[in-house]
Amino acid sequence: MKLDAKIPKGPLAEKWENYRGTMNLVAPNNKRRIDIIVVGTGLAGASAAATLGELGYNVKVFCFHDSPRRAHSVAAQGGINAAKNYQNDGDSVYRLFYDTVKGGDYRSREANVHRLAEVSRNIIDQCVAQGVPFAREYGGLLANRSFGGVQVSRTFYARGQTGQQLLLGAYSALSRQIATGGVEMYNRHEMLDLVKVDGKARGIIARNLLTGKLERFAAHCVVLATGGYGNVFYLSTNAMGSNVTAAWRAYRRGAFFANPCYTQIHPTCIPVSGHYQSKLTLMSESLRNDGRVWVPKKKEDCKKDPLSIAEEDRDYYLERIYPAFGNLVPRDVASRAAKNVCDEGRGVGATGLAVYLDFASAIERYGKAAAHAEGIHNPSAEKIKELGRAEVKAKYGNLFHMYNKITDEDPYRTPMKIYPAVHYTMGGLWVDYNLETTVPGCFALGEANFSDHGANRLGASALMQGLADGYFVIPYTIGQFLSKEIRTPKIQNDSKEFMDAEQDVKSRIDKLLNIGGNQSVESFHRRLGKIMWDYCGMSRNAKGLEEARKMVQDLRKEFYSDVFVPGSNDEFNPELEKALRVADFLELGELMIVDAHDRNESCGGHFREEYKSPEGEAERNDADYTYVAAWEFKGMDADPALNKENLEFNDIELKTRSYK
Amino acid sequence: MKLTLKIWRQTNANDKGSFETYNLDNISTDMSFLEMLDVLNEQLVTEKKFPVSFEHDCREGICGACSMVINGQPHGPMKGTTTCQLHMRSFNDGDTIVIEPFRSRAFPVIRDLVVDRSAFDRIIQAGGYISVNTGQAQDGNAIPIEKDTALAAFDSATCIGCGACVAACPNASAMLFTSAKVSHLAKLPQGEVESTKRVLGMVNQMDQEGFGKCSNTGACEAECPKEISIENIALMNREYLKASISSDKMG
Repeated sequence: MKLDAKIPKGPLAEKWENYRGTMNLVAPNNKRRIDIIVVGTGLAGASAAATLGELGYNVKVFCFHDSPRRAHSVAAQGGINAAKNYQNDGDSVYRLFYDTVKGGDYRSREANVHRLAEVSRNIIDQCVAQGVPFAREYGGLLANRSFGGVQVSRTFYARGQTGQQLLLGAYSALSRQIATGGVEMYNRHEMLDLVKVDGKARGIIARNLLTGKLERFAAHCVVLATGGYGNVFYLSTNAMGSNVTAAWRAYRRGAFFANPCYTQIHPTCIPVSGHYQSKLTLMSESLRNDGRVWVPKKKEDCKKDPLSIAEEDRDYYLERIYPAFGNLVPRDVASRAAKNVCDEGRGVGATGLAVYLDFASAIERYGKAAAHAEGIHNPSAEKIKELGRAEVKAKYGNLFHMYNKITDEDPYRTPMKIYPAVHYTMGGLWVDYNLETTVPGCFALGEANFSDHGANRLGASALMQGLADGYFVIPYTIGQFLSKEIRTPKIQNDSKEFMDAEQDVKSRIDKLLNIGGNQSVESFHRRLGKIMWDYCGMSRNAKGLEEARKMVQDLRKEFYSDVFVPGSNDEFNPELEKALRVADFLELGELMIVDAHDRNESCGGHFREEYKSPEGEAERNDADYTYVAAWEFKGMDADPALNKENLEFNDIELKTRSYK
Repeated sequence: MKLTLKIWRQTNANDKGSFETYNLDNISTDMSFLEMLDVLNEQLVTEKKFPVSFEHDCREGICGACSMVINGQPHGPMKGTTTCQLHMRSFNDGDTIVIEPFRSRAFPVIRDLVVDRSAFDRIIQAGGYISVNTGQAQDGNAIPIEKDTALAAFDSATCIGCGACVAACPNASAMLFTSAKVSHLAKLPQGEVESTKRVLGMVNQMDQEGFGKCSNTGACEAECPKEISIENIALMNREYLKASISSDKMG
């Protein structure tokens, strides 16, 4: 199939503006007769549902949580980017666009990224108007900070809870529409299949998680905003419930899955402490504004108390290797550097899989400034530390508090220990410029799609993309599809297609409940995660990927012969929910491996050991791999088919990414 | 460490429910409380039993999903901490731990430790928002907001909607939850415009949901994992009084 990204003609900076002005509209009287299903209530889903409701469409929105406010966007800590240039430090729409394309290692679609940079400014305005309490300066204006991979301050934040505050903004807009009746909310409903009628997405099958009842929902189109698939690794910073099922089921119904191997390993997470570990906790990237990353120069120092290691015996390796960006290199670069020093045997902590993130210099710097501001002459070292700690607390207090709770260590006095962990997935459902998948009428937003971050996402850009897609893109682009549907009568949910899809879901559930094996769902998930992390994680090679594919296939077979799922379908049954999700992860894992094996280059989060420079940096192959790999489902017994969307860069010159 | 757990088991809302006792061995002090329950559940599944249902998701203390009463305290013994952030180092070897769901008439039990907190969503739907459509906003810096005001609004806005305040209150009142949202929005110039309508709508909904009245015991503030101040309740009472007097049309 030839992929058409439907990128509008014209100069890059004018594409979106011109397209918006000429695209098809749906008149208000017709909007009232059109039904839209939105799945997911994170930043992308909640903002889309609220905005589509405001426009007058009939919206049904679904989430598996007990409340839309619990979607995992809530956990984003650091901030949201916007090209406001409030700091007068040289930022612009073009620069945000450029940084994002470069940060993504030239594997994203130019036109989408430029649009993202353009609407980023509207997002901040919208959120402020909703009452999102962003950090402010004493003059009452909005404050900014820096994030990795950029040299300007364009990140807006609300202490370390930016995701929560933005989500509550979108949730409040959604709640307002629910109150008016324009949006109908279905909590504790999990989408288990996409229903197609005459080739178009016309509804979903959802399981009511309270009763187990399968319910058929019909609409003129379906919008998926169901997040990423990082939990395929079992241990990740994702919430326990985050899963790929909705996107995966769309893939099995004909939506192409793009670049599944692009996963982001976040450099600053709390290291694993034991086999019982259920998830990993992120320490916001914003900490790298003030924290310095180091390990001992000598292996024999690794088990010593870090405070006893002299300054000259420390290797601030990011500052040493990447002087231009220092501790603020992009995430993929920082993660690989941490892995390298640990592989050299210079990792710290009980497992040797950790590096230090040290705030001592920041505490001293802030302390001196505060003493100066308060007019204290010749302050004692202790006084400087005390004042400095107070400043650091004001900036990062809740993160330090969280670190202390989890590790029982005091990061104001001893350096934090951190290690990379799976955090975000750049891959996702393939979408065109309208955010429509290869199934007509099925749209994908936010982390669930692939479009904006290429092979690596910059910090504070996930929130930006989720809200851009939901507030400012889909409300327009959905009209391109729906304007042709105004004569389509209400979609009925009892057609053969719906009944068949419901039956398919029922068979999947029965199958799982009837295996009656001996191993828990959790144990399979843990084993899958280990395979993925070892062979398709921070670094990959062809031989390992070939072995891993076989291992995942075998594990899947074992799952379907020996898993035990307690209880029945007709009750609140969290183990069954998990079993359905893990079953899909066991299929996705293989596709990720296939994709990683196909891509014979290193780019962004995808590092193939065979393709690196003498200094160990990633080496892209632009001649052969400047494409989006969009995989097409061909049945469980056949290999997926590769479709390529060639990426054209007309406004940016492809360069080797250098942060040195 | 070795532990004895007494956990509330209840198959559904109609079931009477009772405590079951479980013994666990080899629990590490570095485990989180929920990871300890994971160990129990994996053990139960191995014995082909139905695991203990409990709500959880982010496990970072921010989504508000986890909701259990541990030894009589919502979210357990550690101040300013959700259950998912509580670690076993807060307990001693040989301890008996009693685990129950959040109890309130407005939070019916769904299964074991899982309760229905959708009443909170309905309270927000009754006015916990600013009426601004997408695209209507002016520039974010058009209205400066004094730093202290922004911080105060932020402090109220940190509520995660877990319901510990209701579980802690002897009257099962939802005043802390409701007032946190009323205050967050009332403190900001953007939210002040609708403050009359908002407070009347939200308080009315709160009463309809069957939450109890506030008698100023302060238990909500003491147990709140985000340490939301009881001052929010005072502010809401003032807002409510002001709204009731000034605008009889709105009521």
